[in-house]
Amino acid sequence: MDFLTNLINGISLGSIYAIIALGYTMVYGIAKMLNFAHGDVIMVGGYICFMTLNALGLNPLIGILAAVVGCTLLGICIERIAYKPLRQSPSLTVLITAIGVSYLLQNLALLIWGANPKVFPSVVGGSGPIMLFDGQLVISMETIVTIVVCAVIMVALVLFTSKTKMGKAMRACSEDPGAARLMGINVDTTISTTFAIGSGLAAIAGVLMMSAYPSLVPTTGSMPGIKAFTAAVFGGIGSIPGAVLGGVLLGIIEVFAKAYIGTQFADAIVFAVLIVVLLIKPSGLLGKYVPEKV
Amino acid sequence: MSPTTQNPDSEKKTYRAQAERAKTGETSEKKTYAAQAAKAHDKDAPGTAPVAGPVDKGARMVPLPSDGIVPERDLYSTPVLECRHLGIDFGGLHAVEDFNLIVGKTEIAGLIGPNGAGKTTVFNLLTKVYQPTRGTILLDGKDTSGMNTARLSREGVARTFQNIRLFSSMTVEENVTIGLHNAVPYGMWSGILRLPKYWVSEHKLHERAMELLDVFDMTGVANVEAGNLPYGAQRRLEIVRALATGPKLLLLDEPAAGMNPSETAELMENIRKIRDDFQIAVLLIEHDMDLVMGICEGIAVLNYGKIIAKGTPAEIQGNPQVIEAYLGSDATKEA
Amino acid sequence: MAKETTAAAVPTKDRLLKALTGNLGTYLIVVAFFVIIEAMIAGKSITSAFQGQLVPICVYVSAALSLNLVVGVSGELSLGHAGFMSVGAFSGAILSSVLMDAVPDPALRLLLCIITGGIFGAIFGAIVGVPVMRLSGDYLAIVTLAFGEIIKNLLNNLYVGHDAAGLHFSMTDTTSLGMTNGTVVVNGPQGAVGITKISTFVAGTLLVLFTLFVVLNLMKSRSGRAIMAVRDNKIAAEAVGINVTKYRLMAFVVAAALAGMAGALYAMNFSSVVPSRFDYNTSILILVYVVLGGIGSMRGSVIAAAILTVLPETLRFMADYRMLIYAVVLIAVMVLPNIPAVASLMEKVKEAMPWNKRTTAEEGGAQ
Repeated sequence: MDFLTNLINGISLGSIYAIIALGYTMVYGIAKMLNFAHGDVIMVGGYICFMTLNALGLNPLIGILAAVVGCTLLGICIERIAYKPLRQSPSLTVLITAIGVSYLLQNLALLIWGANPKVFPSVVGGSGPIMLFDGQLVISMETIVTIVVCAVIMVALVLFTSKTKMGKAMRACSEDPGAARLMGINVDTTISTTFAIGSGLAAIAGVLMMSAYPSLVPTTGSMPGIKAFTAAVFGGIGSIPGAVLGGVLLGIIEVFAKAYIGTQFADAIVFAVLIVVLLIKPSGLLGKYVPEKV
Repeated sequence: MSPTTQNPDSEKKTYRAQAERAKTGETSEKKTYAAQAAKAHDKDAPGTAPVAGPVDKGARMVPLPSDGIVPERDLYSTPVLECRHLGIDFGGLHAVEDFNLIVGKTEIAGLIGPNGAGKTTVFNLLTKVYQPTRGTILLDGKDTSGMNTARLSREGVARTFQNIRLFSSMTVEENVTIGLHNAVPYGMWSGILRLPKYWVSEHKLHERAMELLDVFDMTGVANVEAGNLPYGAQRRLEIVRALATGPKLLLLDEPAAGMNPSETAELMENIRKIRDDFQIAVLLIEHDMDLVMGICEGIAVLNYGKIIAKGTPAEIQGNPQVIEAYLGSDATKEA
Repeated sequence: MAKETTAAAVPTKDRLLKALTGNLGTYLIVVAFFVIIEAMIAGKSITSAFQGQLVPICVYVSAALSLNLVVGVSGELSLGHAGFMSVGAFSGAILSSVLMDAVPDPALRLLLCIITGGIFGAIFGAIVGVPVMRLSGDYLAIVTLAFGEIIKNLLNNLYVGHDAAGLHFSMTDTTSLGMTNGTVVVNGPQGAVGITKISTFVAGTLLVLFTLFVVLNLMKSRSGRAIMAVRDNKIAAEAVGINVTKYRLMAFVVAAALAGMAGALYAMNFSSVVPSRFDYNTSILILVYVVLGGIGSMRGSVIAAAILTVLPETLRFMADYRMLIYAVVLIAVMVLPNIPAVASLMEKVKEAMPWNKRTTAEEGGAQ
């Protein structure tokens, strides 16, 4: 039964990583940049939701909505101000800028909300945990909601990128921005939209994560951000199903490592698995390898 | 000598027929060459080879038993390059198929064909940027299977690239010095600790680089950043860098692309001069037919990954299949 | 083709200028910095807080120089450089504790510790580098980050002690070290403890000069050119017979060794060092120095690392706002030159400067 509990917890944690990784992978796919500030958008989403619930005492649904809207706007602002002037710059310049944005968000949060951890109220109200097998298997509502939300988001994103006009524009831009522009696609709008979607997803991930692990500090987003980035690379960066697969697998590995090997070595094992996977399949699980043309 | 035309459909048969013809010989003279060639081919006897002097222009091309032609003067040496049934597939597509080619020790050979025929792919196979799916490549009689690109460079294959690949942030001289990487070796510690070996080697490197640059009159731009050179000069620098590796076989991928007629004429002279001075073989891909017909001794025509014709420039120019490949089937009918 | 002149034809004045803008100038900057600081210490016109920063400045300058060898010269983005510093720091700290009685002279002991740090840095550089060199680009970046985190995680669980019988290692706790009367040197998450502070500003300056010497000489040698050739064009480098993996690995291992030395110096400057001191944030911090100083420019790394190590301290009067300002400055420095209006203004200012009418020779010829 322990195994099953761990598996479900792993999938749940992995679903959170997956939602964050989706944002990473979409932004990477289209802008070819490692958005290191993505993890901190999660944290901002957490604080916005916390404020609406605690300070304003509003309904959790409004809290989630406020977080999503706030983060989407934040994502667009970051993209417009910090990343857009750097479209033609070397990737390192963009990376350092993203690191700068990450520092900025963390320190703004520190100034506004302080360093003391905020205890986040769960947004998943209503019924208590589900008991199965005479209470041997306890599944919290947060776990179920997280897994369902992740699945829904992945299906929606796959449909969005394959069926809608904007989704196709995104794929075109990630293949070849120059050609996409010649085909009449507004590349800037497309990239902004991608950032908006990624940041909105980060807000959802933030709220879900805070409901499951309710301690909110300005550096909250940092480690999940790194792990989710790892998950995106693990699954094959640029691939939507890859991000979900990578995220879920990473979550399962982490929970199992904690349960069976030891909490203190969990991170090392997660990263070691990533390294092994990349060495065997250098483009990640579902990534495509594109050789350089000679 | 008859034009060596083949029908792609029955290529293997024609190859054999051609080889047969070469063996039996149409004239007694040819028979002797073929016999000699076969002998020279079996056991490379450098002692019997005539002393290589300045190469005569428009050397006579003679057929070899193993399907190919080489200049008469190269008959006594092992061919620098011999491809046997070379082929590569890209996901089911036969990009290059049954590619057979022999390049003599001091031959200037041409590889031509319409766009997308697979010419650069052949170069990538010869330098092991791609590993061949089938067939063997003999370099100076040595099987190259299992070797990688860097190893082949050390074995004596140098190349230039269609899309210029210089070390653009470094100077012209440094580019050539990097070409001399294996010619003047010294270790990391000699470099870091500035041991005497460093100073001796660096001096030698500078001298050699300047000598090589002098071939193309480029010593004046030795300290210019390679990326800032004009296009034609960048192509020339790529050739110098390739020469610096001390090759037996120099592969030039569209060396005249983007050059004006006077630059091209100069390039032709220089390619000949390189061959004469360094006594090496040159295999070049080029679309400029004046250059190809002007300096190549043997030419192979590639279409859809297969060789459709091999022969001397005169033979290729009159070959109806080549004309068809370049101009489409209507042109041959009208002709 | 403006610079057609050969070295002999260049007038002495220009050659001197070129030497100063080149490598010699970089050494002189370090020496001048050292002399000025020493004079200030002698004149007591320096705060103790700033004096405490002197060794860290040297450590970060050395670390930035070595990372620049990977990022600038070899062209690979490494996000785990601090991991090699921590390896050096911990191996140095352990050796220092062991040699406490055997080598009473602190300067000699420091030297031995730094050398050991370098050796262990190189060993870990090779362990990490061999698999990592199969990858490139962002994948290489993420794997170096992962290795850095693994090193930190393992050190967090490392317990080392020594007694008369020698060194004892454990990955669980101090009691399992099985010592009766020994000293605990490394105590898990508390890191290396009980270190005697033996690092000095002189040693730091010497380490910076040594790092500069290694990196600059390597760049201007056959191996360095091969490394840069691989960076500029991997396929062309292979085609001229360069063993690509060998030279990428060479840059990586040399950089790891130098980072290990810097780490050892760092550890010897404090009474204790925790493993989390060298997490990915530190790796990124060093990367920021490299990028702000100019990728491939060693002088830039020296200046950027020195200024940016001091900056947060100098901004201390702004209390809570200092890291915020740091972040804003970082973004501004990256973004502003890429805004057309700002860029053209900067160009005008640059042209107006008298020294720019001469030469813009960059050291090492790197980008």
